[in-house]
Amino acid sequence: MSEAKAIFSLEGISKHFPGVKALDEVKLDLYPGQVTALVGENGAGKSTLVKVMTGIHQPTAGCLYLDGKVVHLSTPDDARKLGITAIHQETVLFDELSVAENIFAGHLILHPSGRLNWKAMELEASRILKEIDAPLDPKKILKELSIGQRHMVAIARALSFDAKVVILDEPTAALSHREIDDFYQIVRRLKTSGCAILFISHKFDEIFTIADRFTVFRDGGYVADGKINEIEESELITMMVGRSIENAYPKSELEKGVKVLEVQNFSHPTEFSDISFDLHQGEIVGFYGLVGAGRTELMQALFGVTRHVTGQLKLDDYPITIKSPKQAIDAGIVYVPEERQSQGVILNFPISQNIGLPQLKKINPNGFLNDNAEYYLAEKYAKRLQVKAPNWNEKVENLSGGNQQKVVIGKWLATHPKVIILDEPTKGIDIGSKAAVHEFMSELTTAGLAVIMVSSELPEVMGMADRIFVMREGLMAQEFQRAEFSAEKIVSAATGLSGGQQ
Amino acid sequence: MKALLKNREYQLAILILIMILLIGLIFPDFVSIGNLFSVYNDTSILIILALGQMLVIITRSIDLSVAANVALTGMVVATINSTYPELPVVLVIFIGAGIGMLLGMINGLLVWKLKIPSIVVTLGTMSIYRGCVFLLSDGAWINAHQMTENFLKIPRTVFLGLPLLGWCSIIVIAVIYYFARHHTMGRKIYASGNSPTAAYYIGIDVGKQQFISFTISGLLAGIASYLWISRYAVAYTDIANGFELQVIAACVIGGVSIAGGTGTVLGCVLGALFLGVINNALPVIGISPFWQMAISGSVIIIAVVANSRSERKLGRIILRQAVQDAALKAR
Amino acid sequence: MEYILKMFAGNSTMKKPTLPSWLLSWEAFLLMATLLVFIINSFASPYFLDAWALSDATFNFTEKAIIALPLALVIIVREIDISVASIIALSSVAMGFSAEAGASIEIICLVGMLVGTLCGLFNGLLVTMLQIPSIVVTIGTMSLFRGISYILLGDQSLKNYPEPFAYFGQGYVFSVFSFEFVFFLILAVVFYILLHKTNFGRQTYAIGNNPIAAFYTGINVTRHKLILFTLVGFFCGIAAIMLTSRLGSTRPTIALGWELSIITMVVLGGVSILGGSGGIVGVVIAIFLMGLVTVGLGLLNVPGIVMSIIIGVMLISVVAIPGLFKRFKDARANRIKN
Repeated sequence: MSEAKAIFSLEGISKHFPGVKALDEVKLDLYPGQVTALVGENGAGKSTLVKVMTGIHQPTAGCLYLDGKVVHLSTPDDARKLGITAIHQETVLFDELSVAENIFAGHLILHPSGRLNWKAMELEASRILKEIDAPLDPKKILKELSIGQRHMVAIARALSFDAKVVILDEPTAALSHREIDDFYQIVRRLKTSGCAILFISHKFDEIFTIADRFTVFRDGGYVADGKINEIEESELITMMVGRSIENAYPKSELEKGVKVLEVQNFSHPTEFSDISFDLHQGEIVGFYGLVGAGRTELMQALFGVTRHVTGQLKLDDYPITIKSPKQAIDAGIVYVPEERQSQGVILNFPISQNIGLPQLKKINPNGFLNDNAEYYLAEKYAKRLQVKAPNWNEKVENLSGGNQQKVVIGKWLATHPKVIILDEPTKGIDIGSKAAVHEFMSELTTAGLAVIMVSSELPEVMGMADRIFVMREGLMAQEFQRAEFSAEKIVSAATGLSGGQQ
Repeated sequence: MKALLKNREYQLAILILIMILLIGLIFPDFVSIGNLFSVYNDTSILIILALGQMLVIITRSIDLSVAANVALTGMVVATINSTYPELPVVLVIFIGAGIGMLLGMINGLLVWKLKIPSIVVTLGTMSIYRGCVFLLSDGAWINAHQMTENFLKIPRTVFLGLPLLGWCSIIVIAVIYYFARHHTMGRKIYASGNSPTAAYYIGIDVGKQQFISFTISGLLAGIASYLWISRYAVAYTDIANGFELQVIAACVIGGVSIAGGTGTVLGCVLGALFLGVINNALPVIGISPFWQMAISGSVIIIAVVANSRSERKLGRIILRQAVQDAALKAR
Repeated sequence: MEYILKMFAGNSTMKKPTLPSWLLSWEAFLLMATLLVFIINSFASPYFLDAWALSDATFNFTEKAIIALPLALVIIVREIDISVASIIALSSVAMGFSAEAGASIEIICLVGMLVGTLCGLFNGLLVTMLQIPSIVVTIGTMSLFRGISYILLGDQSLKNYPEPFAYFGQGYVFSVFSFEFVFFLILAVVFYILLHKTNFGRQTYAIGNNPIAAFYTGINVTRHKLILFTLVGFFCGIAAIMLTSRLGSTRPTIALGWELSIITMVVLGGVSILGGSGGIVGVVIAIFLMGLVTVGLGLLNVPGIVMSIIIGVMLISVVAIPGLFKRFKDARANRIKN
């Protein structure tokens, strides 16, 4: 492989959102005919980068270069016109339109008269699909296809464009092993046609199979890049994870308390199967896994959000059924959702009203609002969590992400729960507030609560948890005790490499 | 075969055939060719308006003002004809189409540029347009003897057994079919309704598509207004009062989803025919026309309930077995 | 008013107006508009400033106002009900038939309330259990309910109401205040307390602002919405009692087109069609404003159908205003940037 020049480069790219620095002066180079793997944890900035590269977001600072010239991608259409396409795990396609129309959406083939030339599109679609070994009927409506087949359509779409840069964002998450092999073929074909490919994945076996180069991001910043054949997997993991894991996390050493929650054979028709575990007072149990492993779905089921769930639940040794969030809350199980702004708080409500909302009946037993009682309750918990706000009537939408999260946690604490489930509790939060949340988690355990933490940040999970459960594709892959924590083993269990169940 | 049976258009067609046959068993005159042509002719206006409404609903909007549009444009057209009988009818029809289109564009602009929800816009314009009919006519009626002979004659002229009114709807069906299926603008409308995000990613302005669909709906209302006035030979404030509900019912039965993004010309036409057959059968069977409103209301509800059951989604598919099951089902 | 002017001028020292303060100014604006129309009316006609004339004037809006109050809650939770006028019709027809059958006043009223409640329940079940958008459900039931009224009554009318029945629509309390008007005032106070001072009201706002977060807090969103739709139906029944009593007869065309006015009352009152905001005070002021406008137009002998043009324009304008302001602010911001 001769030393080629980069065809697509990002230099000094920063992207700021209110309260969060998603990207901090990162750089990335993509070379024609080569696959560059972008490696990093959740929250490292990978998906933000993809959005910048495809014109969905505009960078706060920095430049993009295509073929040596500066380019501005103000809209996704600009990116597409320049030959930059992306295939996401949940690619945005039109599920009521046909395969052919999806492939040619935005650049439909016309007759000279202006009439759409369906025949030509169907023919060409078939040709491209055949090339990538996906024998699909171009007339079929997209919603009738499986996820793997939809991916094929997305790839065919990329090929129909004469794309210069192809971004593959977790493309194999829903593919079977056979389909993944087919996928590698496609990638190799793209390479020979001269495309520069950005490959984002957590699966190291795939990275080492098809990537030529790598770039590592961490916490929104660039760490390193280089050639794949000059590096080892363990080095990649170290760069991904960064700082040494031991001292950064405030972990109180506690005696394991009594069993609080017992979950047996929890199953859902499509989201997870046969999940069993138990939880003790004073324990922090971490749930790790790849995006889409089913962890959030499991937690939502425990919280009573999901229907069609089977299995047994025991709280303090009493069997219970939970069919709604209210039943869960009454039982003492509370849930801090991953999507803080759309599920966790009511942005338009003041802090006091947010904190009081789950307990209206308790604060106001006769049904009438009592602003004082509510304010007092809010003050107690907001202070305890050190929420920074001018007063407790401030609207939550005016707070920073970290403080919003504190309000959510505070609202649940006020209900005196037995079990608190935190789903990605420090996602999108600045370092200072992250530390505060971790501090607080330790305090919770000292107070006798049991904590379940779903997290995709390995250092966080290894730093805070007493035990780690790794989920993969809806199944419980492995359990790790604190003494046997090892970044490599945990990541392997999550990706299903060495030793994991098929 | 099973897949075909699940197909909404197929189901509707069979349903209509069964209805016709059942009625024909008791009233054989109903199934005569002449009568069937007459039923189709009767349903023509509904078909034309339903096709316009279909485009609006596909873009995730709704047009409650379409009947008021017909009334207002119709009154204008009738007034012009009775005041200037020397003007060629074709010109008058053009003017009608233009005014109808303008009224539709007003709806479209309010939705697109001011971002007002279409339900609010059309609830408002429904009353505004209808009120304007009164302002224009001062409550007076325009009767047949005030309209020129040509004005009244054109839709009634029979060609190959079917009056021109019926041919009009056939032409509209063909044009809309071409537009929806074979023209870029039509495909953009479907795309923007199906997934506004994906449409944005390929450079489609969703609001503009809504504007276009309202304009077309208005244009068709303008054409329909001439046909209505001429066919019923009268123009007054209350014409087509409540007709918008029949139009929406026709779309909904025809499989046009309120969620947007889906709907076929064939389905729409069949939906309109379904209602048309029922409306024509009522007097034959001896049921009072007072049943019409309840029937279209129940039809909307039944169709929408049926739609919702088929659109139900099961959670995310994560388990490998579930992924494979889904893949098998898709094959 | 000051707030609106400041927003207009883009005063940079002022914090971005948060929703309640904007609404507060909206209510002030409504109040001023109401006073203005009142003054104009009193100059326009010598008959206006008579206590009895004013009281008579209230009849044109009290029945609608009674429905506007619960409908406001429905709109706050991001739903809508355009079948309200048809529910009135069906309830009225049902009452007419029970009157024909010789039922007592109590039974007649009960029938009216029951039919209204069942209609509201029907709407609510379709929306909450089958998850069908309320716009489509109520378009369907709008047709269905009035359609049933037509089937039952055709083009006839029912007039056999017992004499005392007329009190609801035509009776007076405390000499000059009509029963309807007093009922409305009491109901307004009840709804004010319900929406602004109870747990139920707080939950209503929570659902309207963020239905998912509300659900995750343990609120039973399904049951809450079901209650609201049923409540609207119930009050349609009550309005039907009053209207029928006032007219002394029932026809299937009763209350035709009322949904426009009722929805306008709610939206004009500051309740956002997108849900989550607005209050009873604004709705009540808007009711009076619309009532005065209607009276004024009536004094000018403007026919009802032309009045609905004005109501239509009011409805669209009110909803357009936030959007217009935003476009204005964005345009200014862009100009400043460039």
